[in-house]
Amino acid sequence: MSQLPPDDVTRRAFLETVARTGGQSFLFGSLFVNTALLRLPQAGTDAKARAEAEVGKGVIYGFVVDTTKCIGCGSCVRACRAENGVPDGYNRTWVEQYTFYPDGEVFVNSPNGGEDGFADPAPTRNKPTGTEAPMRGFFVPKLCNHCIDTPCIQVCPVGASFKTDEGVVLVDHERCVGCGYCVQACPFGSRYLNPETGTADKCTWCHHRVVRGLLPACVVSCPAEARIFGNVSDPQSRISRILATNRVQVLKSFLGTRPRTRYIGLDSEVI
Amino acid sequence: MHHYITEGYVLPNQAHIYWTTMIVLYPYITGIVAGAFIISSLHHVFDKDELKPVSRFAMVMAFAFAMFATLPLLNHLGHPERALNIMFTPNVTSAMAGFGFIYSAYLFILAVEIWLVYRTDIVHLYEHTRYPALKPVYWLLALGVLDISKEAEAVDRRVMIVLASIGIPAACGLHGYVGFIFGAIKANPWWASPLMPVIFLLSAIVSGVAMVMLCYIIIHWVQKREISGPCVHALIETAWYFLIIDVTLELLELINHAYMANEDWTILKQLVTGKLFVSMFIIQILLGSVVPFLLMGAVVVFKQRVPAMARNLIAVGCSVLLLAQVGAMRWNVVMGGQMFSKSLRGFLNFQVDLYGREGLIAGAVIFALPFVVIFVFSRLLPLWGNVATFPKEWMKEEPPVRQPLKGWTKFTS
Repeated sequence: MSQLPPDDVTRRAFLETVARTGGQSFLFGSLFVNTALLRLPQAGTDAKARAEAEVGKGVIYGFVVDTTKCIGCGSCVRACRAENGVPDGYNRTWVEQYTFYPDGEVFVNSPNGGEDGFADPAPTRNKPTGTEAPMRGFFVPKLCNHCIDTPCIQVCPVGASFKTDEGVVLVDHERCVGCGYCVQACPFGSRYLNPETGTADKCTWCHHRVVRGLLPACVVSCPAEARIFGNVSDPQSRISRILATNRVQVLKSFLGTRPRTRYIGLDSEVI
Repeated sequence: MHHYITEGYVLPNQAHIYWTTMIVLYPYITGIVAGAFIISSLHHVFDKDELKPVSRFAMVMAFAFAMFATLPLLNHLGHPERALNIMFTPNVTSAMAGFGFIYSAYLFILAVEIWLVYRTDIVHLYEHTRYPALKPVYWLLALGVLDISKEAEAVDRRVMIVLASIGIPAACGLHGYVGFIFGAIKANPWWASPLMPVIFLLSAIVSGVAMVMLCYIIIHWVQKREISGPCVHALIETAWYFLIIDVTLELLELINHAYMANEDWTILKQLVTGKLFVSMFIIQILLGSVVPFLLMGAVVVFKQRVPAMARNLIAVGCSVLLLAQVGAMRWNVVMGGQMFSKSLRGFLNFQVDLYGREGLIAGAVIFALPFVVIFVFSRLLPLWGNVATFPKEWMKEEPPVRQPLKGWTKFTS
């Protein structure tokens, strides 16, 4: 039997104290870790500071892909890999080839993400009666849509995915836990888990170049001017004029993510 | 991460499967936690006295599995050392961010409840154990609270009632929530469904009941203990009841996809009739649902006219089938959702790894850990009832027979 005097009140008081001090130490502990160790608020504020200092206030970036101009050379994919050190087997941008045959069949491919270009701009199809030439075809470059209501930021459990004031969706690699939830939540397959860093990765619209006044690597390298990047809040910018004079579409609009990457000449077969 | 062989057009970043064995195992383990706890509560809270022989064991099982519920996740994370960020810097809009809090709260409730249920026995064993080396262990398990006066036990019981009533919604919340993590992903047509949390919760209960039933009978066979007929019958009834609702909703989900036949049904149809055919139609539906439904249905209908041995054999066989059913369901949801590309034009030829960090062996080791905990627990404390059921040779003398107190006496059992 117990050596201690049985006393319910004492035990209840003890439990209360334990609960109280436990709760307090958790709160203060997490506050300490937040501010001192994880340097939590800096990721967002740094981007904000950069945006104000180097890019100017009120800048909102946008991206237009003119599919009618893409020639499927793959320069953008190569430039992106070189600029951003994208690991093999993953893509921040890629080019898809759509080929339509007379009976309505659609053939889509993107060998190696289109990095080496496309061997055949009009692939013929084997049929029992012989080969058949396609009816029509086109290329569609793809990249992160930098959505306004983006599901990837919504689902990130630790707040490592964030949006800059210029509307660019980025990942803080110091805070990402590598759970892959954002990869699952992106409807466009724009994200991947980088096997080298163990964190989520994606197209940044070359944010590191843009804040230095340069254009994204894929835009610079495109020989056909199929990729247009710029400040959509400036009505005089090239992208604003293109948006004002063209009919544009976004991918998977029914999901309501409101992409900032817009397409000219999109076909209904492009998903 | 492998680059898998693909069929059709797969988006470049989707030639990999990001969530594999560990993410199948994680809802499987939390499901057993929730299900076992519900079984324990059916006795503790809802007075289903037939389940008394397994109520303590079910609680211990829930706790043992809950202890390792986060291990598959930690093993899967790219940066497990940052795992606690989910509690330090939670993103309030994330369906996943609540997990740390919901899980911790549930584990805490479960630990305190087990402690209260076992405290009297711990003190008995502290006083009567034959092995002096275990005395400090029992003292620690009792957290130094050695008071087992009637007044102290009365306080224990009051706290237990409160905790049990919080524990049931917490268990439902924990697992319904795991389903929400998948169901809330609009990018994936195979996952996005408000039915997902309900299906996850019901299948969780099915797997928990099956696991308790399987362990109860097997351990009693091995230890040559008497198996309670009414208890097995009640377990079969419970499993049967929840299986019916669970499978109804699972089929409803599939039929709804097929009947609505949205844009995505073209690929989902190929998925279920192709890569998921065996795991879905053969294991999940035919062997895991139809066969147990018929066998357990016979027990439910014929009641005590079923011979004890037949009842026990059906219980064991159906438990295995039900555990396979729920495992297949987790597999079909988690892996099925990643076997087709968001291009809706191509598939991945996924193959399970045997070795490696997220391989089958790693998964089997993680799944075995709760049983190690249960084994150690069974050496220290009685699994199947109060201290009177504990091996006599491990105690110096038989503990005094304590008269149950009036009111809520079931908690002392």
